[in-house]
Order: sequence, then structure tokens, then C-alpha cells
Amino acid sequence: MIAMVVDPSWLQVLWYILIAVLWIGFLVLEGFDFGAAMLIPILGKNEKQRRVIVNTIGPVWDGNEVWLLTAGGATFAAFPSWYATLFSGAYIPLFLVLIALILRGVSFEYRAKRPDTRWRNTFDWFAAGGSFVAPLVLGIAFGNFVMGMPVNLAENGLTHVYVGGLLAMFHPFALLFGVGLVIVFLFHGAIFLALKTRDEVHDAAVGFAKKIGLVAIVGGAVLLVWQNLAYSTGIVGWLLLVVAAAGLVFAWLMIRNGRDLLAFIGTAVAILAVAVGVFVRMYPDLGFDNSLVQDNPLNIVTASASPLTLQIMSVAALIFVPIVLLYTGWSYYVFRRRLGTHHIPDDHPEPVTTSS
Amino acid sequence: MNAETIARWQFGITTVYHYFFVPMTIALSALVAVLQTMWVRTGDHKYLRLTKFYGKLFLINFVLGVVTGIVQEFQFGMNWSEYSRFVGDIFGAPLAFEALLAFFMESTFIGLWVFGWDRLPKKIHLATIWLVAAGTMISAVFILAANSFMQNPVGATYNPVTQRAEMTDFGAVLTNPVFLATFPHTLAAAYMVAGAFVAAVAGWHLAKLSKQGDAASAEEVSAHRFAAKFGAWVLIAAGLATIVTGDIQGKVMTDVQPMKMAAAEALWETEGGGSDNASFSIFTVGTLDGSEEVFSIKVPYILSFLATGDIHGKVAGVNDLVAQYRDSGYMKSDDPNSLEAKYAEALIASGYDYAHYRGTVNYVPDIAVTYWMFRLMMGLGFLAMAIGAWLLWVLRKGRLPKPGKVWTGLMIALPLLPLFANSAGWIFTEMGRQPWIVNGVLTTAAAVSPGVSAAEVWISMILFTLVYGGLAVVEVGLMLKYIKLGLPVVEEPKVLTDDDQPLTFAY
Ligand code: HDD
Ligand code: HEM
Ligand code: HEM
Repeated sequence: MIAMVVDPSWLQVLWYILIAVLWIGFLVLEGFDFGAAMLIPILGKNEKQRRVIVNTIGPVWDGNEVWLLTAGGATFAAFPSWYATLFSGAYIPLFLVLIALILRGVSFEYRAKRPDTRWRNTFDWFAAGGSFVAPLVLGIAFGNFVMGMPVNLAENGLTHVYVGGLLAMFHPFALLFGVGLVIVFLFHGAIFLALKTRDEVHDAAVGFAKKIGLVAIVGGAVLLVWQNLAYSTGIVGWLLLVVAAAGLVFAWLMIRNGRDLLAFIGTAVAILAVAVGVFVRMYPDLGFDNSLVQDNPLNIVTASASPLTLQIMSVAALIFVPIVLLYTGWSYYVFRRRLGTHHIPDDHPEPVTTSS
Repeated sequence: MNAETIARWQFGITTVYHYFFVPMTIALSALVAVLQTMWVRTGDHKYLRLTKFYGKLFLINFVLGVVTGIVQEFQFGMNWSEYSRFVGDIFGAPLAFEALLAFFMESTFIGLWVFGWDRLPKKIHLATIWLVAAGTMISAVFILAANSFMQNPVGATYNPVTQRAEMTDFGAVLTNPVFLATFPHTLAAAYMVAGAFVAAVAGWHLAKLSKQGDAASAEEVSAHRFAAKFGAWVLIAAGLATIVTGDIQGKVMTDVQPMKMAAAEALWETEGGGSDNASFSIFTVGTLDGSEEVFSIKVPYILSFLATGDIHGKVAGVNDLVAQYRDSGYMKSDDPNSLEAKYAEALIASGYDYAHYRGTVNYVPDIAVTYWMFRLMMGLGFLAMAIGAWLLWVLRKGRLPKPGKVWTGLMIALPLLPLFANSAGWIFTEMGRQPWIVNGVLTTAAAVSPGVSAAEVWISMILFTLVYGGLAVVEVGLMLKYIKLGLPVVEEPKVLTDDDQPLTFAY
């Protein structure tokens, strides 16, 4: 598949790695709030329990989502042609992700604004449904990156376009990747809930994690073995498989022993290993299949921005990424307390005022 | 309709919609921060109630700004992939900076503000809302710098090897004269919206309170009176700033986009110069194609002054500009190193029939839209300022407004006027740039995604519009509900020390 010798500059490699890091940040962080939100209707047996779940992710979900926005922005800036071809090629899937993110985003904020059961249930389903569709579709997209999305040059002779067609994206491997991501996020999210809650919600989350953990381990193993056999990256791929599997098994063992934080680290490591595996596989062709354009491939070199732009971006990243990490860390520290139903104030009676 | 037209409609719809929430977010965050600062400084309970009241309205608005913004971030690649490829080297960086510098800050600190009332000490909690306000402003800096590059592509050159525009000077992108004028103008226009909103909500409550006579709570009367005046003053001050900066913008625009100025005035023939002057038309009825005037009201000298700063200044007309571009290409300056010049040079060098191309481009934007949007922008803004001034007059020396249909109508119109003035301003700016997506370099038609079918764009456009419509209904409903509920009864927030104590606030 590799048509030419690809000889990237170190800045190009750096930005490829940074974009992988942004994706990993997104998957590990938003992964747990996708998972937790999917569990609102499953684990929240009554209104207060549902509110406990929503409040564990309330302060952080928006910040988690910004990792995705930054990954998108960084791809645009550092590899404009990658951004152009990928986002136009995956038009309909991306559109679905956007709708899903819109619906889940408004639900957290709006569910609380009316103490009316139907209103709240509606938004809980939006939150859960959006949090299900987004990782499902993103997972399918990752599956396609692993397989390689065929591209060709457009009529203008300048832009690469995806020529595989929409249906081809639903290859069984890609579908399994999508479902796998949903299951791993459910596991990750249940562990997060266990870590952040007490009493009934905590116990329900642990119970659920024990069950879904087994599914995640088995499904993850099938997926990763398939990936390594069909879309091999050599020994690295098998090593990452071992790390991912170990992370999931460790998480499962730890949650059984009541070690919530260690379990959370386990799923986080597993997600990281899977993502690294995908990005190793996508190097240097960025997840595209260039067989139709061997003389004019789309890869880390041809898609890249100019050295000046990469330099400017590197300086900004060097200064601001640590700052972002600092205040993000601080916000997790501020909201470190575990929540239980007894923490949730009663439905605020409508605020009274003499002027209405 | 072809994919280009639908993509334009989609971009227009989603962007104008996003921009319904943006000005409120930018300016109301700062106004809430001011209210909270006054509470922290004076300890006066009424400011705390106002903070919580407007804070809640702010959040209802904020979340829609966030979710519609996500669409914006990805739309460039989805619908305008050739644009993204062509200018990504310059345009991508501000977008990435915006996410890294602004969005992380806004979203993290808004979480801390909303949920932090009983976790953070008073002053640190106050700092979080100020950081949110700062974040919205940083976000405006970068997105407006990006947009200004499209109006006036500076700091870039054309690379014939990669066949795209490339950055030569990031400093020039950030000091683009268009950006330096647009930023304060857009910011001031945003404060008009939030000022008007605060004033209108409080003004409406004051009328209700005045109906209750002596039974009305003194604290609430005092709080709403303060808010109404505060909002009205913000509106008027920001309005003046908008006018001053808009005037500066007009001059920059005449300089770098003379066609846009000619279109804004429906000025077909060049006017002014020597002892002559160009007059500003307030109202024109023309033949349908706009090329002939049937009736108009004109004020002499104004256009000359608006465009050039000199009452006899010469303002180029559409016909002369078209002739000039057909003849010598679309060059805004004689700088041989500008992106436009380098791009034309490269096209000619590659054997492309540039002279022919130059003769076929339709250089004229939609005159009717630009003409009327320009007037709508100014007219609605002036009207809002007038209502703001009237509100201050009604409230003079402890008086209260008389309730009634007229007052309610005015209070409903008040925030909507500057909001729609903002939309009109953007529609004017963007449509006046047509046919270019990057002024003088890349046409909108060439920028559209080559691999995306009309059907795909149709589907996404229809569904976006439906979802956005549904969200609009929910948002307006919630806004009205919480506006009507009025000032909440609040307890002084205390930092929780006991792990088992219930939270004072939760979703
Ligand atoms: C002058 C200001 C301005 C303008 C012209 C735009 N925006 Fe915007 N945007 C903001 C000012 C803003 C903001 C005030 O900063 C928002 C509103 C709500 C928020 O959280 O930030 C925002 C939100 C927002 C978000 C969500 C951030 C989050 O999740 O926290 C994204 C991705 C974008 N915008 C992207 C765009 C793009 C790509 C635009 C160009 C078409 C655009 N915006 C126009
Ligand atoms: C700063 C951010 C921007 C804002 C607030 C903004 C706003 C607008 C507005 C209000 C319109 C008019 C809609 C209409 O005419 O129907 C518009 C049109 C458009 N904008 Fe922008 N815009 C921004 C940046 C951009 C960018 C970065 C692009 C690049 C792809 C772009 C491309 C377009 C296109 C193609 C249209 C359609 C033009 C037409 O219908 O005549 N805009 N935009
Ligand atoms: C006398 C008053 C005003 C003048 C002379 C004026 C002038 C201008 C000019 C010349 C532009 C186009 C800039 C360009 O395309 O390069 C513009 C854009 C704009 N105006 Fe105004 N304006 C005035 C009042 C207002 C008011 C009252 C509002 C809103 C409350 C407003 C909001 C906007 C917005 C949002 C834009 C688009 C963004 C931008 O390019 O800055 N303007 N204005």
C-alpha cells in the first residue's frame, strides 16, 4: 500500500503524535462521560439516582469534549489536507456524530430546568442516545482508518476525495470496532461512576461493571486479534494488544475488589493502548488507502502544513498544553468528592418571587 | 440547486444560528461577572440575587452556543474541503488556537462556576466567571482573525508546488487591519445585545412591580431598577462604541474591499472626488435588477465621509470596479508579493488563460441583500439605543414604568433589535464578499467539497434545520419561564466542610 518512501520532518512526526495525544485525551476523558450518560436510564432507578449520575459528569463533560474540538482544529492546522479529505469523506457519519453531540450536550443543562418527569425522561434519553451514537459512529470510523479509506484525486486535480462509498464503511470489522468502543466506554463509565459515587448508585455501578467487564474483555480480544491478523502492524500491534487486554482484566479484577481508582486506571490504559494501535497503523498514510493515487498519495508529508505553521503551533502547544492540564486537573480536584443520593438537594421548589 | 448553493445555505443557516447565542455569551458572561463582583465587594444581597438570576439565563443561552459551535468547527472540512485544503495552512492555526486557548478555558471554568458555589472560596469562585468571560473574548479574537483573513488575505503567499496558500507572517494575520477594526466593532455589538437583554428583562419586571404598588418588595424594586439602568447604560455606551468602530470599519472596507462598499450603497457609478461628494441613501426603491433608481432619500456628503473620512472623498462605483477588475485582475493593492498577485502569477505561469478567467468572474455581490442588510444593521441598532434612552427617561428619579401592552412590546423588542442587527451585520459582511470565499483569490464556487453530493448536503441541511428549530423552541420556552419566575430566593453560599452535607446546588 505504501507507494513512496515517506520521509517526514520531525515537526510532522511531532504533530502526528500530538494529534494522537489529543484523541487519546478525548477517548479517555469523554469516554467515561459517554459511558456514564448511557447508564443514566440503566442504573438510575429513581430521580435522585439519575441526578447523582448527571452530577458526577456535570462539571466536566464540556471540557472533555474540547479535546475532540482541539483534535479537529489541530488536524486542520497541522495537516489541512487530512482534515479536508477525512471530514468531507466521512460526511454522513460525522453529521451523525454532530447531531448526537448536540442532543447530549443540551440534555445535561436542560434536564434540570423543569421538575417535570416527562421533560426529564426525554432529556435523559437524549443524553443516553447521543452518548451511544457518538462512540458507535466514531468507532466505525476508527475501524475504517485501520482498514484504510480509499482515496482518489477529485476532478480539480488538487483535492483527495474518499471514493469507498458510504456502505463500504459498514464493513464487519468496522462495525465490531464501533460496538467494541461502546462496550469499553460502558465499562469505563461504570467504573467512573463507582469511583465518584456512594451507596446505591455506587453498588449498582460496581455490579454493572463486573458484568460488562467480561463482555469488554471477550469482545476486545476478538477485535484486537482480528485487527492484528488482518491489518497487522507487526510485533508492536501484538504488544499493544497485550497491554490493552491486561488493562481490561486488571480493571475487572480491581473493581471486584473495591479498588475503584485502580480499576479506572486499568480501563484508561486499555483505551490508550487501542488508540495507540490505531495511530501506529495509520502511519504514514493517515488512515487512507493510496493505491489509486500512487504518484500523488495523501500522507503525513503531503497533507502537512508548512514548516512555519508547524513551528508557530508547536510554540503555542508548548506553552498552553501544560496550562490547560493544570487547570483541568485542578477542576477534577475541586470536584473530587463522591456523591450519594443524600447529597442531592430536593427538587428546588420553584423560586418564589413577589413580582410574578 | 447545486451542492455549492445548498452548502452556502447550510453554512449561512448554521452560522447565523450559532451567532444568535454568541453575542449573549460574550457579553452577558462579563455582565454577570460585574454583578457578582458587586456582591462580593458590597455584600449587598440584591446583587447576589441578580447574579443568580442572570447567571441562569446566561447558562440557558450558553449551552446552545456550545453545541452549535461544534458544528461550525467541523463544517469547513465537511462542506468546504477545497477551501480547507487551500487555506488550511493559515486558517487552521487560529482555529486550533481558539480551541486550545479559549474553549478549554471557557468550558472548564464554567463548570467550576456552576457547581463551585459551595466548593470554592468566594473570591476564587468570582475569578472563575471572569475567566469564562475572558475565554469568550479570546475565542472572538481568533475566530475573527480567521474571518478577517477571508476578507483581506494578508500574511500569506501562494506556493506553486503545493498549490495552496501558505503562511508567511502570523503577526500580519493577527494585525490584519480588517481584524483590528472588526474585533472592537463585533465586541461592542455583542455588548449592545447583552445590555439590552438585561435592561429589557428588568424593565418588564419593574412594570409588574409597579402594578403591585406598595405591596412590591423593596429589595426587588431596587434590584430590578439597578439592573434596568445598568443594562441601558451598557447598551448606550456600547452603541456609541459600535458606531465609532463601525465608521472605522467602513474606511478599512473601502480600502480593501471597495466592491463591498459600492454594493452596500448600491452605488453603480463612481461619485465624489474634486468638489463633488457621494451621498448616503437612507432608502432607495430601484428597478428590480437594481441598476436604475426610482425613488430615494439621500443625505449628501455622508457616504464620502463614511468611506474615506473626507466629505469630498471619491467612492468607486460598481461599474467602474468591474471594468477595472476585468481589465487588470482583482488586485486590492499593487503589492507584487500579495497572495492575490502571487496566485495570479502562478496561474499565468502554469499556462492558465488568466485573462479569460478574469473576464468571466461575476464580481458583483447581491446588491439588494448587501444594501438592505447594511441599513438593517444600523437601523435596528439605532432603534435599540433609542429605546434604551427612553427606558432611562421613564425610570428617572425613582419613577416606575406603567404596565401595558406598549411597554411589554418595547421590552420584547429591545433585546431582539441589536440581536438581529448583529445577524444583519454578518450577512452583510459575508454576502458582500461574494463571489469570493477568500477575497480576490478563491471563489466560493471553487471552495466547495468536490466529493460531497448534493443529496448529502440536503439531508444534513434539513436535519440541522429541524434540530435547530426544535432547540430554539425549547430555549425560548426556558428563557421565558425563568424570566417570568424572577429573582430567585437565595441563601448566602458557604463552602461545605462536612462530607455528608447535601449540596446547595445540583443539576
Ligand atoms: C465573535 C465571536 C464568535 C464567532 C464569530 C464565532 N464564534 Fe463560535 N463561539 C464563540 C464566539 C464566536 C463563543 C462566545 O466563544 C462561544 C459561544 C458559546 C461558547 O462556549 O463559546 C462559541 C462556541 C464555539 C464552539 C464550542 C466551544 C465549546 O465546546 O466550548 C466552537 C467549536 C465554535 N464556537 C467554533 C466556531 C467557528 C468554527 C466559527 C466560524 C464560523 C464560530 N465559532 C463563530
Ligand atoms: C467568523 C466566523 C464567521 C461568521 C460569523 C460568518 C457568518 C456568516 C454569515 C452571517 C453568512 C451569511 C449567510 C447567508 O448569506 O445566507 C455567511 C455566509 C457564508 N460564510 Fe461566513 N462566517 C464566518 C466565517 C466563515 C468562514 C471561516 C467561512 C469559510 C468556509 C465562511 C464561509 C461562508 C460561506 C461559504 C457563506 C455563504 C455565502 C452566501 O450564502 O452568500 N464563513 N457567513
Ligand atoms: C453607525 C453604525 C454602524 C456602522 C457605520 C457599521 C459599519 C459596519 C461595517 C462597515 C461592517 C462591515 C465590515 C466588513 O465587511 O469589513 C459592519 C459589520 C458588522 N456590524 Fe456594523 N455598523 C454599525 C452599527 C452596527 C450595529 C448597531 C450592530 C449590532 C448591534 C452591528 C453589528 C455588526 C456585525 C455583527 C458585523 C459583522 C462582523 C464584522 O465584520 O465586524 N453594527 N458594520
